[in-house]
Amino acid sequence: MLSVTDLQKTYPSGDEALKGVSLDVTGNETVAVIGPSGAGKSTFIRCINRLTEPTGGTVELDGLEITGLSGKELRNARRDMGMIFQEYNLIERLTVMENVLSGRLGYVSTWNAFRRKFDGDDIERAYEVLERVGLEGHENNRADELSGGQRQRVGIARAILQRPKILLVDEPTSSLDPETSRAVMDLLVEIADEDDIPVLINIHEVDLAEEYSDQIVGLRDGEKVFEGTPEDLDETARGQIYRGEEIPDESAVKSPSDDGSSASDSATQEGAMRRG
Amino acid sequence: MTDYRTWERRTPRQRMVRYLFGLITLVAAAISWRLLQINYGYVGTAPTEFMDLINRMYPPNVAYTGQIISPMIETIHIAILGTALAVLMAIPVALLGAENTTPNRLGFVIGKFIISASRSVNVIIWALVFVIVFGSGALAGTLAIAVRSVGFCSKLIAEAIEEIDPGQVEAVKATGANSIEAAIYGIAPQVKPAFIGVSTYRWDINVRASTIIGFVGAGGIGVELNTSINFFAWQQVLTILLAILGIVIFSEVTSAYLRRKAR
Amino acid sequence: MATEQPDRRTWQRPTAFYNHYVKWAVYAVIAVFLLWSAWNMRISPARMAAGWDSAVGLITGMFPPEFTPFKTDLLIEGLTESIAMSIIATIVGVIISIPVAFMAAENIAPRPVYVLGRGIITVSRAFHELIIAIIAVKAVGIGALAGVIALSYKTIGFFAKLLAEEIEDIDAGQKEAVEATGANQTETMLFGVVPQVMPRVVGLTIYRWDINIRHSTIVGIVGAGGIGSTLLSSFDQYDYDFFLTIILAIIAIVMIGEFISTYVRGRIQ
Repeated sequence: MLSVTDLQKTYPSGDEALKGVSLDVTGNETVAVIGPSGAGKSTFIRCINRLTEPTGGTVELDGLEITGLSGKELRNARRDMGMIFQEYNLIERLTVMENVLSGRLGYVSTWNAFRRKFDGDDIERAYEVLERVGLEGHENNRADELSGGQRQRVGIARAILQRPKILLVDEPTSSLDPETSRAVMDLLVEIADEDDIPVLINIHEVDLAEEYSDQIVGLRDGEKVFEGTPEDLDETARGQIYRGEEIPDESAVKSPSDDGSSASDSATQEGAMRRG
Repeated sequence: MTDYRTWERRTPRQRMVRYLFGLITLVAAAISWRLLQINYGYVGTAPTEFMDLINRMYPPNVAYTGQIISPMIETIHIAILGTALAVLMAIPVALLGAENTTPNRLGFVIGKFIISASRSVNVIIWALVFVIVFGSGALAGTLAIAVRSVGFCSKLIAEAIEEIDPGQVEAVKATGANSIEAAIYGIAPQVKPAFIGVSTYRWDINVRASTIIGFVGAGGIGVELNTSINFFAWQQVLTILLAILGIVIFSEVTSAYLRRKAR
Repeated sequence: MATEQPDRRTWQRPTAFYNHYVKWAVYAVIAVFLLWSAWNMRISPARMAAGWDSAVGLITGMFPPEFTPFKTDLLIEGLTESIAMSIIATIVGVIISIPVAFMAAENIAPRPVYVLGRGIITVSRAFHELIIAIIAVKAVGIGALAGVIALSYKTIGFFAKLLAEEIEDIDAGQKEAVEATGANQTETMLFGVVPQVMPRVVGLTIYRWDINIRHSTIVGIVGAGGIGSTLLSSFDQYDYDFFLTIILAIIAIVMIGEFISTYVRGRIQ
């Protein structure tokens, strides 16, 4: 279970990207983070595995506090979090197989990594994963020979090979056309389901979020302004997230967990007051 | 008032700047010419002197070919070993001298210093220095070539490192890889074409350089060329020049081929 | 799929060579060659030790750099001669290069002329400036004239090559438009080609001047004038204090030249 409490990020330039966001991801649910550009979605997801260093708050994965780790401990923690990127971030000049196997880098020695010597089980599993994502036969292709959709499949395969406890997915479809986007989302959800792991996904397209997620979190200006199921995401909520409209009388935030709701309530009201 | 309009290409100010620029060039040329105190008689006879030399060079001394094989091989050894040493040393220097991989400010300054110190001294001067240290011979030449090339290679590799896509490095780090693994997987593949390009290009330059360091005793064909010229053995000189031409063209073609292959 | 699958599959990185054996063979050949090269250097512990001693001697001998009035005069004389050589050689070289560049531009020169132009460039580029300098010294005697000849000669190969490439890259439409007005050959060149390459000519000239400054400091080593001859005589006389002074002065001059060249080229853009 991933538990994020009061996560803050202020960039050296003074921009407050995150103003205290709390969130829980439990079981094998898919949680989608939506919001307009610049709302802090990417910063949020990158702060979880600390590709971006948060300036406040805590992140806990299965009881281990990630925010306090450094060096070897942080690297070991990162092995448990598979990440999928918007621009795929494949090693373009290496083969598909090397890209997939790079998911095991946290487990092999540097010398073996240098020689591209991976465990036999890992190689077997890499072949299986490539079959699951529909890329069998492509293992010796260079990543830059693939199409966008295929590259994102390699990205998924790489993350899966880590045997992660959670998948962090940062805008997986914004570089893809609508049809490929759906195929990639189908695959992602299916694989997470099969492997029984939760997914925290940042997504730009609201319809995709509604279709594929169990929970939706709305971010605006670095604050959580909505949390609920896809059914809860009505016109009011959308207005709040995307246009910063005032919240009507009763709180629209419906949170499954108690501690989460109070934190997000206050955050929302603060944000509303500031904007008002 | 005239009833027709005039047209001139440049405004008076632009013209002033241009004239001034031209004037400075002329004055600099005149002063330089006076400073050099060149004997006009020599200038006049220079073309005939050169024709005379060429006449004395032809035909090349074919029998001499056997004697230059070994110095030519030494020349190639110097170029290859010098380049290999330079490239090996260039990797850490480039990592220091690239803004995104340097460990700290001090490392960056050291990297930049090595790069500019190596580049600002000509290979023949480095050769002089190493001849003082190790005595004449190919070792001095190899080290001169290596030291001179480090700066060049490091500078270009550092530029390539600065231009990499940081996302790929990030993705490798996100899997839990340590920073050496991140460098091997995230940086090395991206820099590889530039690395091969830079080393073969520098090798090409070094083949030319290794033909002349013999003038100060640092080994290679230059020693032979210097001796032949000093003994006015012009037919041997032409043989050597043709051999150099051959090897320069060979290295240029090879390095162009390798750079094409390495994309 | 009816084919039986092995229990565990293996994977080997595809190689750029024919196969993995070829790859290892190539690596082995390279390693052997490097070892052979190194062996040819005749490196021995005794030599390294002696080298260390003379390096220490050289460095202690070098410091402090020497600035006595007599030596300073020698230094300044050598440097001014170098700079003067670089200026004259750049001007002479560029004047000769411009027609060569037009000859070597594929899009405006007739085929035989093009081949001739390219030939001149190749021959000029093939030999190192010191080889040209040493031959020039034998032809016209020791002194700056030999240096000017060597540098001008090298300038042709560099300048004409880059300028020819620039001419080949011009916008053919502009040239055609001028031709379409009924302009003759010369007018076409002046209005259709020259305006397009003129900024480049100025930039390249200054760039080449920068390179010529560097070269003018070393051609003296073979007797072709400039600070290089001063450097060689200090070396021959084991005058390492002055040797270091000269090297530092050369570095300074080269850096100033590079700075001026970068600045002026930046302004021209």
